[in-house]
Amino acid sequence: MKPLLEVEDLVVDIPVAGGDLHAVRGIDLSVEKGETLCIVGESGCGKSLTSLAIMDLLPTKARRHAARIAFDGIEIQSLRPRQMADMRGDRMAMIFQEPMTSLNPSYTIGNQLIETYLAHRRTSTKEARDRAIDLLERVGITAAASRLAHYPHQLSGGLRQRVMIAMSLMCEPELIIADEPTTALDVTIQAQILLLLAELQRELGMAMILITHDLGVVARVADKVAVMYAGEIVEAGRATDVFASPSHPYTTGLLECIPVPGKTAPGARLGTIGGIVPSLVGDVAGCAFRDRCRFAAPTCAEPAPAQTASVGHSYRCWFPEGARMPSTVEGLVHGH
Amino acid sequence: MLYYSVKRFGLALLVAVVVSFLSFQLLFLASDPAIALAGEAATEEDIIAIREFYGFDRPVLVQYIDWLGRFIRGDFGYSYYFNLPVSELILGRLGVTFQLGLVAVLLAIVVAVPLGVAAAIRPNTIIDRTALVISVLGQAMPSFWFALVLIVVFSVNLRWLPASGADSWQHFILPTIVIAYFAMPAIMRLTRGGMIEVLSADYIRTAKAKGLRPFKVLFKHALRNAIIPVVSLAAVQFGFMLSGSIVVETIFAIDGAGQLAWESINRNDLATVQALILLFAMIYVMINFLADLLNAWLDPRVRVA
Ligand SMILES: Nc1ncnc2c1ncn2[C@@H]1O[C@H](COP(=O)(O)OP(=O)(O)OP(=O)(O)O)[C@@H](O)[C@H]1O
Ligand SMILES: [Mg+2]
Repeated sequence: MKPLLEVEDLVVDIPVAGGDLHAVRGIDLSVEKGETLCIVGESGCGKSLTSLAIMDLLPTKARRHAARIAFDGIEIQSLRPRQMADMRGDRMAMIFQEPMTSLNPSYTIGNQLIETYLAHRRTSTKEARDRAIDLLERVGITAAASRLAHYPHQLSGGLRQRVMIAMSLMCEPELIIADEPTTALDVTIQAQILLLLAELQRELGMAMILITHDLGVVARVADKVAVMYAGEIVEAGRATDVFASPSHPYTTGLLECIPVPGKTAPGARLGTIGGIVPSLVGDVAGCAFRDRCRFAAPTCAEPAPAQTASVGHSYRCWFPEGARMPSTVEGLVHGH
Repeated sequence: MLYYSVKRFGLALLVAVVVSFLSFQLLFLASDPAIALAGEAATEEDIIAIREFYGFDRPVLVQYIDWLGRFIRGDFGYSYYFNLPVSELILGRLGVTFQLGLVAVLLAIVVAVPLGVAAAIRPNTIIDRTALVISVLGQAMPSFWFALVLIVVFSVNLRWLPASGADSWQHFILPTIVIAYFAMPAIMRLTRGGMIEVLSADYIRTAKAKGLRPFKVLFKHALRNAIIPVVSLAAVQFGFMLSGSIVVETIFAIDGAGQLAWESINRNDLATVQALILLFAMIYVMINFLADLLNAWLDPRVRVA
């Protein structure tokens, strides 16, 4: 089956003082219809820029090129801006990291929901309004009809993000990109929102790219996982495979950072990965993780090759996975 | 919205009272009105007689309330210099100035806002640079000089428009352009700055992500937010136009309130000066009140504040 979204060798460069910031350095992604791909990785590794590149919403100064960005077989890089605009919000939608500022303060949420629908469907305002009410109810907002007249500043962050979710669903997109949709929210409602998203996605049969820091969530909802580090995907595969046999030292390190109920002793310090990400301004040579990697060897100064752990499970590292047995993994993580 | 309006109105009223009292007082601080009225050849007795006749010897507060009461009833006093009741003197001229200022500010908005938007969409391009040059010129060029240039070109050389007077609408074209050009740079710069800031806002990215066309993103989502401070600025400028159009009215020989103010100050025509100051202040307060309401209508967050 042809994937819904195929990204091949995506590069995003941002000109900064002192040269180009290579924020995204040649990544490949594919998402099948109805599938959930989770992208994980620490702050600044290029997750948001990747999703903005797919939506063609990068900041003006950023430059994007890719061998291929195909949505349902359509190469979006060759679309005219108008055609791309028609696709956005209709077939592919996005939920952003910042619910507090992602809605226009000057218009009611009803206005903003309805205009999304009217931008893509030839229909009456009345019908768009009914759809807006319906969706607000589906994302768990009570008294939906009266909420339409509210302005964003009258809603809490959690409600705003629910409105954003409803807005992204207005036209029943085939792909939804959720970029850390809960990072800015209270811990207590983070799980609610994520579960809501996963539930809606299953119900509507959408494909989803979910960007998150929360590996616990990934374990629950992901079909596939891509682990990003310094602008590259260092490991990708089916979630079960990646969790069962993490093959890149960075992935192993991330997994060590999650508290496991029953296993992690109460009060025990969780693992953190020591060291800092190298600067991506100018040329980046070799494996970007080597300064933080326990297994680093002189060969790591050369670009790491793509290796295959199992069917559909790949990683970028000089060493075959056998080199890192669970016992050695512990040494990688500080303060365990 | 109602609560907000009432609150704003109360505030405007308070400002009006304070401003009127100050303008009433200022005149007494500047010089003794009785001496001024009496003229240079007056004796000590004359001055005392004048002081009593006009009631200048009464307590200040009594004089103020008396003056304000008459003012509210439309009795602005009598101008001995023009030999007319001040109300008659002012009303027609204020209308002229009001019209001139209003049309000029509207013209400035109509030109400056699109220019500011265009400059903001393409910062640091030829459009932006051109807009910048136009606005710097507008600020650097003295009004009287620009007015004279226009007169030389359009009245003297081309003979398209009259150079002075206020008899027909053609007479108002050049003065309107001069005032508008003076008001334009600030509006343009504020629109440009506001648009640049708003265009990088998250909700603009949301609007694009929804698949809205660039026109809608720009004018429905961006300009609506960027224009809010411009409204206040335009209101302030309009108030300023009213009292600051003296130069333009003099050059184009327009019988407006600005010219009247200039003349009555020079002639020590106390009643007229006082009436003008108070009227200008009241208009200014009212314009700001209206701008506040407009702002609240534009920005829903203000309504609850
Ligand atoms: N507009 C911009 N100008 C300059 N640098 C930028 C810009 N946007 C992103 N970057 C840089 O590009 C890199 C990747 O940014 P990106 O926003 O994709 O990170 P992220 O993985 O989404 O991080 P987070 O988890 O904090 O959201 C970062 O180093 C960031 O500083
Ligand atoms: Mg991000």
